[in-house]
Amino acid sequence: MGSFKEIVNTISNPTILFTSVVIIFPFVFPPSDWFEKWHRKLGLHHLWGTNAIVIAMIAMVTFFVYGLGDYNFQKIVLKPDNVPISGMIFLVVFFTWLSMHQAYKNDERLDAGQKPDEFYEAPNDKVLVWPDLVYVELISLIIMSAFLLVWSIGLPAPIEEPANPTESPNPAKAPWYFLGLQEMLVYFDPWMAGVVLPSLIIVGLMAMPYIDRSSENSGFYSYKRRRLAISLFMFGWLVLWVMLIIVGTVLRGPNWNFFGPFEYWDVHKLEALTNINLSEIVYIKLLSTGLPDSILLREIWGILITLAYFLILPPLLAKTILKDMYARLGVVRYSLFIVLIITALTLPIKMYLRWIFNLKYIISIPEYFFNF
Amino acid sequence: MSEEKNKSFLEKAAESQVWRSIFRGGGVPRNRRQRMMSVLNSVFLHLHPVRLPKHAVKLKFTWCMGGLSFFIFLILTISGILLMFYYRPTIEYAYTDIIDLAEQVPFGIMRELHRWGAHAMVITVWLHMFRVFMTGSYKPPREFNWSIGVILLLLTLLLSFTGYLLPWDQLAIWAITVGGNMARATPFLGSEGPGASLLAIGDINFITMGSDARFALIGGRFMGEAALLRFYVLHCIGLPFIIMIFMAVHFWRVRKDGGISTPV
Repeated sequence: MGSFKEIVNTISNPTILFTSVVIIFPFVFPPSDWFEKWHRKLGLHHLWGTNAIVIAMIAMVTFFVYGLGDYNFQKIVLKPDNVPISGMIFLVVFFTWLSMHQAYKNDERLDAGQKPDEFYEAPNDKVLVWPDLVYVELISLIIMSAFLLVWSIGLPAPIEEPANPTESPNPAKAPWYFLGLQEMLVYFDPWMAGVVLPSLIIVGLMAMPYIDRSSENSGFYSYKRRRLAISLFMFGWLVLWVMLIIVGTVLRGPNWNFFGPFEYWDVHKLEALTNINLSEIVYIKLLSTGLPDSILLREIWGILITLAYFLILPPLLAKTILKDMYARLGVVRYSLFIVLIITALTLPIKMYLRWIFNLKYIISIPEYFFNF
Repeated sequence: MSEEKNKSFLEKAAESQVWRSIFRGGGVPRNRRQRMMSVLNSVFLHLHPVRLPKHAVKLKFTWCMGGLSFFIFLILTISGILLMFYYRPTIEYAYTDIIDLAEQVPFGIMRELHRWGAHAMVITVWLHMFRVFMTGSYKPPREFNWSIGVILLLLTLLLSFTGYLLPWDQLAIWAITVGGNMARATPFLGSEGPGASLLAIGDINFITMGSDARFALIGGRFMGEAALLRFYVLHCIGLPFIIMIFMAVHFWRVRKDGGISTPV
């Protein structure tokens, strides 16, 4: 069984974990016809069948029960403030399944020319709030109260030593729901990871209905008819939100180094930090000259690449592969959409630049705290 | 006469003057009209419409996550008020008051209820957003209410974040230190943010450690008394006040935008 732990430790390394998730993802949530075809061929649509969730839940429970036998796993998972995350993992898996299960059923009905399951004939199919809804609410409230009471009696809230500003813990972690942002700090400076990207998440979420605004296919679970929107949202929600939180919480130990779930948090674990900036790659590695004194000259390559990425790529896409979308959305909506998407994509891009080239910053102007 | 005899205690009570004065209309709702009136005549229930599409009462459609979020908010408000009786937001007392809550209060689970409830609310709000997305309910005419919902999500996180500091233990201050340091990097408004050094006349910087976004957040150059008081006030008064306004708009707009979303 030791080798199983080794395997889990290895594949939970962000490089392997993230790469495999990114490759598998479009086949599980196909955004286009081509992926849809393979989704069916590979039998991945069975994921949303009834058997799959039973197997998944049993597998997850087994993994947790097995894992709790391991001291290191126990230590991180049973840390009081991490307990909600374990609950969240189960809930997210279950509700993702539940929504996709109903979506696929509705897709089949619609393909067969029927109405979706949620369709009702007004006013005949309406039910009374008293007692039909009031019952459901009352039962939900009682179950929730009981659940919270049991949780509160069973698990004391964490309290550590009194605050001591001179003794910083290693690692110092934010509350768990912000650990996705803290994980981004590995790849971005705080002004991006802590300010700009969170703001854009909020703006992006709020902008969503103003970009995807046909009110067709709303009010019921459906995948096929809204697959691009759902696929993009799922990537943001499941991978960049939930998965990064799990990585930040469970897989990051002292000095924010990576540790597998069954690995001892060794404070002395050494990871070579040889990250270099783009300017250093260009001037020192490629041209074998020193860095120029002028900031502008030094950073011109990074600035050009960044400008091209944000200013030339969107119109280029509008002329080529996103032509239909551009025609449908118009200039303003398209610009908003594409800026949000390519800004979100800077995260995976920077991850891979870091892993492959040890690249730290594309533009590095520490003189003005501007590192990108 | 025999009908009178067969009435249960509950039915008799429901016809009494006291009951009828409290519940407008009175009586146990038996027929369709009485059931409709019981919703219309209650200040709490009239958040709901009188009748709903049948899928709106199915748990597999709604997951009940929005309702539960609101319910947990109420639990947090009540347990929070109780906690405020015992907790003093000063560096001398904050930590020991929390310890006392666990050790001196008989059957003291209010702090547990408050903390785990807060975590649970973060999760239920996320799942509510997820359900609304998956049913396409963010689309017009509900786009504004979706945006209100995103603000409620943000406020939920901020409420949880500000509460995190209050126990004033190592877990608390270092978590908030990590978060607070982000504010230092705010573009233009943080002393270590890009562009801040451009906001200067000659050698005089406007944005310094003593005047930047982080200073505004924690009320000082270092985590201390002022940060604790600021987070306490925001957590107990400021953010709940704001979130209640947004919740009122959110619930009202659910009704005004056509109730629960339905297939066209």
